[in-house]
Amino acid sequence: MEKKILLDAYRMMNRIREFENEAIELAKANATRAAVHTYQGEEAIAVGVCAHMTREDFITSTHRGHGHCIAKGAQLDRMFAELLGKGEGYCKGKGGSMHIADLTTGNLGANGIVGGGIPIAVGAALSMQLDAKGHFTVSFFGDGAANEGSFHEALNMASIWDLPVIFVCENNQYGISTHVSQSMHVKNIADRAMAYNMKGMVVDGNDIRDVYDAMGKAVEYVKAGKGPVLMEMKTYRMAGHYFGDNQNYRTREEVNSWKEKDPILQCGSLLLEEYGVQEEVLKQICKEERLAVQEASEDAKKMSEPKIEDLTEDLYDPELAPITWKTFLKADNGGKMR
Amino acid sequence: MRKISMREAINEAMHIAFHSDPNVFTMGEDIAVYGGQLRCSYGLVENFGSNRVRDTPISEMAIVGAGVGAALHGKRPIVELSYSDFIGTSFDQILNQAAKIRYMYGGSVNIPLVIRTQGGAGLGNGAQHSQSLEAILAHIPGIRVVMPSNAYDAKGLLLRAIRDNNPVVFYEHKALYKQKCEVPEEPYEIDYTSDVKREGEDLTIVTYSAMVNRSLKAAEELEKEGISVEVVDIRTLEPLDIDPVITSVKKTGRALVVHEACKKGGFGAEIVAQIQEQAFFDLKSEIVRIGAPNVPVPFAVNLEKMYVPEVSLIVDTVRKMMKGN
Repeated sequence: MEKKILLDAYRMMNRIREFENEAIELAKANATRAAVHTYQGEEAIAVGVCAHMTREDFITSTHRGHGHCIAKGAQLDRMFAELLGKGEGYCKGKGGSMHIADLTTGNLGANGIVGGGIPIAVGAALSMQLDAKGHFTVSFFGDGAANEGSFHEALNMASIWDLPVIFVCENNQYGISTHVSQSMHVKNIADRAMAYNMKGMVVDGNDIRDVYDAMGKAVEYVKAGKGPVLMEMKTYRMAGHYFGDNQNYRTREEVNSWKEKDPILQCGSLLLEEYGVQEEVLKQICKEERLAVQEASEDAKKMSEPKIEDLTEDLYDPELAPITWKTFLKADNGGKMR
Repeated sequence: MRKISMREAINEAMHIAFHSDPNVFTMGEDIAVYGGQLRCSYGLVENFGSNRVRDTPISEMAIVGAGVGAALHGKRPIVELSYSDFIGTSFDQILNQAAKIRYMYGGSVNIPLVIRTQGGAGLGNGAQHSQSLEAILAHIPGIRVVMPSNAYDAKGLLLRAIRDNNPVVFYEHKALYKQKCEVPEEPYEIDYTSDVKREGEDLTIVTYSAMVNRSLKAAEELEKEGISVEVVDIRTLEPLDIDPVITSVKKTGRALVVHEACKKGGFGAEIVAQIQEQAFFDLKSEIVRIGAPNVPVPFAVNLEKMYVPEVSLIVDTVRKMMKGN
């Protein structure tokens, strides 16, 4: 991994961490209303994956989607505005934390339904394959989604059509309170790739270098037209399921043992020890990102509420597509049964 | 003018769409070489190739979901659910994804997706291949629900649905596929509007899909008795073009709503409510509904025949309503 790329990744991971810390502050003040699902501890995944993507490459995201959204290039102020239900938010305040989408950065949106985005990613990848411009789609989802029917249907369909889609399963060990050991009987979710004759990869999701390198290989693979890839990112949800979770299902020791593997700490150590970056540089990056997040949050707080008249807007596009229908003179179908 | 069946009209509309816009493609179970379980997509794969006419695994959630994803990326997919009963296995992608995404994302995206499906009883397909589930769909904000009653309407409405930038469930009735009527060869569109299929003075029947023909037959019989019945085919449940219904009811003063779906909780209840809200003081009698009994569709010939509202039931009901005054 080149130094500049790693430094950029360090910056992006800090941006996400700071965003989530601020999101929790907003949640504490009840400014975000319902649950906010934060991404602390999983930042290396979104950052390492999206580092290989352009805006023409799409993602589908999850209820824990702020990190994906930021890594794909979203503006922080408009994200905070959405969390706060402001009219200038990404969804004009109609989505909230769990439903941010931004097509300008190729983000097809966070999804409140576990596994809901996986078939959608397959469809976007199908469209990309038809266009043959070399673009691909990434579907982020968690270990919980790997037990949904949509996972099976989508992976099977992607495999039979060799679609350019990378399934990135963020195995953070818990579906809300239920540990993966209670929800599945395989050691690795990536092992399920075999069932679809698909390439599977197990990756240390807390190690930015491992994520970045593995994703590089996966992108090369799908772009070569070899079909989809299932990447399992082993990671850990350092915070609760949402802010306010009492976390009675796990021990403090367990959480602390994973905090030692914090992806940002690991990335920092790597930069210090192997890339000769000065600690001051890292501190400066952290500070800059913290300030940028604070500024974005403050800006968002000043934004206005949605207009009341907007309640019933945006359900349908009132325009019809500009297509001119042309008569089709039917060829003989060879006398096949109708 | 030539007469073609509703199946041929739907097939012709799809050929026109494929020929006119390279973004149009279709996928579903057995739709390519086989031509669709209900044979509506015959010829498409021969004419437009297997990239644009795709057989899928039996995975309804992935079929609809992939349609949503392809639509979000700029395509205009027509996905087929061979029986509308299969919305059960695809429902999250209809209910939580296709319907909500545009609103939930503040209007920043479009989903030009057509879900072609067919339902209805009368052909002995049993409880899990015969339902009329339109009320469930029409209740979800964000999905158009189109239910053509003849070949002419089917062609024009399907082309409109494909040009729509929003998700549309194009809900055909299996008993109508063979019915023929005059259909022009050239392309045309029909707006999402109600259509007065027969003019009359004494009573308005509001109906759609397969019950339009039965209502028209009932009107013919009643005419012999001197009862003049107007038949309004709403054609689309969402959007519902209620104005022609209200105009008609204000003229006749009597309204009978007829659909094949179970009467309880059916879409007829919505129509009745809107008539009551907008034409109450013009009514000369109570508003009456006809629909199936509150059971799944039975198999046996005599039971299924009793399940689907018959012409004689419509005729008797109208007579009773007329006697009331």
